[in-house]
Amino acid sequence: METLYVICVGVLTSCGVYLCLRGRTFSVVVGLTMLSYAVNLFLFSSGRLNLKDAAILGMSESYADPLPQALTLTAIVIGFAMIAFVVILSMRARADLGNDFVDGSEPADSNKFIKPNRDKA
Amino acid sequence: MSVHLVILPILIPLIGGLLMLLPPFAGPAKYQYRRVAAFALFIAQITTSIALMQMVMQNGGMLYAVGDWQPPFGIILYADQLSAMLVMLGSFLGLGVTLYSFAGSDREGKYFHPLIQFQLLGIYGAFLTNDLFNLFVFFEVLLIASYTLLMHGEGKQKTAANMHYVILNLIGSSLFLFALGTLYGITGTLNIPDMALKIAQLSPSNQLIAQAGGSMLLVVFGLKAAMLPMHYWLPSTYAAASAPVAALFAIMTKVGVYCIFRVYTVVFGDEAGELANMIVPWVWPMAIITIILGTIGALASTNLRTLIGNLVVVSVGTLLITFALRTPEATAAGLLYLLHSTLITGALFLIADMLGQQRGKALDYFVIARKIKQQALLGILFIIGAMTIAGLPPFSGFLGKLIILQSAATATQQIWVWSIILLSSLMTIIALSRAGTTLFWRYSQSNNSNQQPSVSKWQISGAVLLLAASPLLSLFGGSVVEYTDNAATQLHDVPYLIDVMQLEERGQ
Repeated sequence: METLYVICVGVLTSCGVYLCLRGRTFSVVVGLTMLSYAVNLFLFSSGRLNLKDAAILGMSESYADPLPQALTLTAIVIGFAMIAFVVILSMRARADLGNDFVDGSEPADSNKFIKPNRDKA
Repeated sequence: MSVHLVILPILIPLIGGLLMLLPPFAGPAKYQYRRVAAFALFIAQITTSIALMQMVMQNGGMLYAVGDWQPPFGIILYADQLSAMLVMLGSFLGLGVTLYSFAGSDREGKYFHPLIQFQLLGIYGAFLTNDLFNLFVFFEVLLIASYTLLMHGEGKQKTAANMHYVILNLIGSSLFLFALGTLYGITGTLNIPDMALKIAQLSPSNQLIAQAGGSMLLVVFGLKAAMLPMHYWLPSTYAAASAPVAALFAIMTKVGVYCIFRVYTVVFGDEAGELANMIVPWVWPMAIITIILGTIGALASTNLRTLIGNLVVVSVGTLLITFALRTPEATAAGLLYLLHSTLITGALFLIADMLGQQRGKALDYFVIARKIKQQALLGILFIIGAMTIAGLPPFSGFLGKLIILQSAATATQQIWVWSIILLSSLMTIIALSRAGTTLFWRYSQSNNSNQQPSVSKWQISGAVLLLAASPLLSLFGGSVVEYTDNAATQLHDVPYLIDVMQLEERGQ
């Protein structure tokens, strides 16, 4: 199970990092979302993975660490609020700046990387 | 009551800020009510922080267990001389900024005053908490308030700058959580002194993981502090923000610097066994290059606000040098410099805004424009600010830099510290003289009828309040130096902190 978990966190993180490095706000926002998912999973695992035990003292011989669960809950709530804010901000940036590039303007050499659709129309 | 004094600096802005969202303070027409409330809140905060400072001077470090959950399990607030001093600094800066905004810039958005309160809530919390996850939460509080404050006043430039700022800080927050998860997984605690105890007893393989976690934390704090190579966002962000917000942000980088001081002195300090001072070899070159790049940026700036933004970067580099020296004397010198540089860069942002108001469309760009209306007044304010930040006597910058220079102990340290700090001071003087000459003396002769309004009394009072700190810091230099010395000694005394928390008794 550890292997599967590690692969999940790793894939999410690398996708998140890759998308955060993109030039347009949409992919960056998706990347930030993925990063925050990855970090939530990672935080949860910091109390060691445990399939059988509940986070209750005295009811069984061993128990799961409750603190990472609390930390993850807090991180989810904060992460959710932050993502909501960045979504609104990027829509605002699209309206204010007239494009959806993170830098606020289209790079001069962007034609090399992105095939513009508007030329066909 | 005095037991709860530690949490009061957090409660006052929290409750005050929330109340300001409700009637009778809510609504665009009720801005006068909000101004009175904001002023009263700052008076309350300054009083509390002075009381807190006196208390910790008499009793030593004060522990506040929230919900009476004892360390290392509960969330612990801890006030020592260092955090009490920084809370005081924050409330003082906040008062200056708020007074300045009374001139009208607070009316550009409905929620300006509540947001300032929430921002300060996060800042005070970050200074007072002694729990790493709680530190993360307060970081998020101050960040989300700063995201919205940065948009205050609207405009394309602000949206573009805010986009960078928000994305960078969200990535920083994710890294912060990764680092926390790593450290918690290894040490099983989030309490800072408890972690210091545990980190010294790790097995070699676990030490590596702890080192990775600790290094990730440095990236996060470095991003907040604008340490190289994470400083690129700062000048453009601060230049885009409206003046009171930029002035308040002067303390945000210092939160990052404070966290570096706190975490890497207590957790990864001298007592940490194999991991003792593991980041110092990294901080040395980064601090020096931060100063160099900040200075070059200051020389290359095309407007006054970007110039001041670059001077903030220089001050962060200087503070990091005092961290890298790793002695209580150097830390004390750094703390004095921190007090002075925060207040003066804040004041300079306000002065730049007043200058910009009187130059029409030229704003604070270094171009020939119409003559400034109140040349004498603004000129005097500017030259005091400029002399202070460059470190010329008789102002506090001179004292701060002198003590930093003295605190370099060995010959190698002296060569680096003296040459870098003195050269960067010289360059700062050149950059500021060039700025002042263009702004005040080079104006077009033809168009001398200046229709711009005079600066309001509120603006003057806000800027003067922050500037006045500089001569005061020199005047009472003896007692301030004594206080920062004690604060630094207390910070470096990790066994004392562990003793206050009674961690060893509980661990057995």
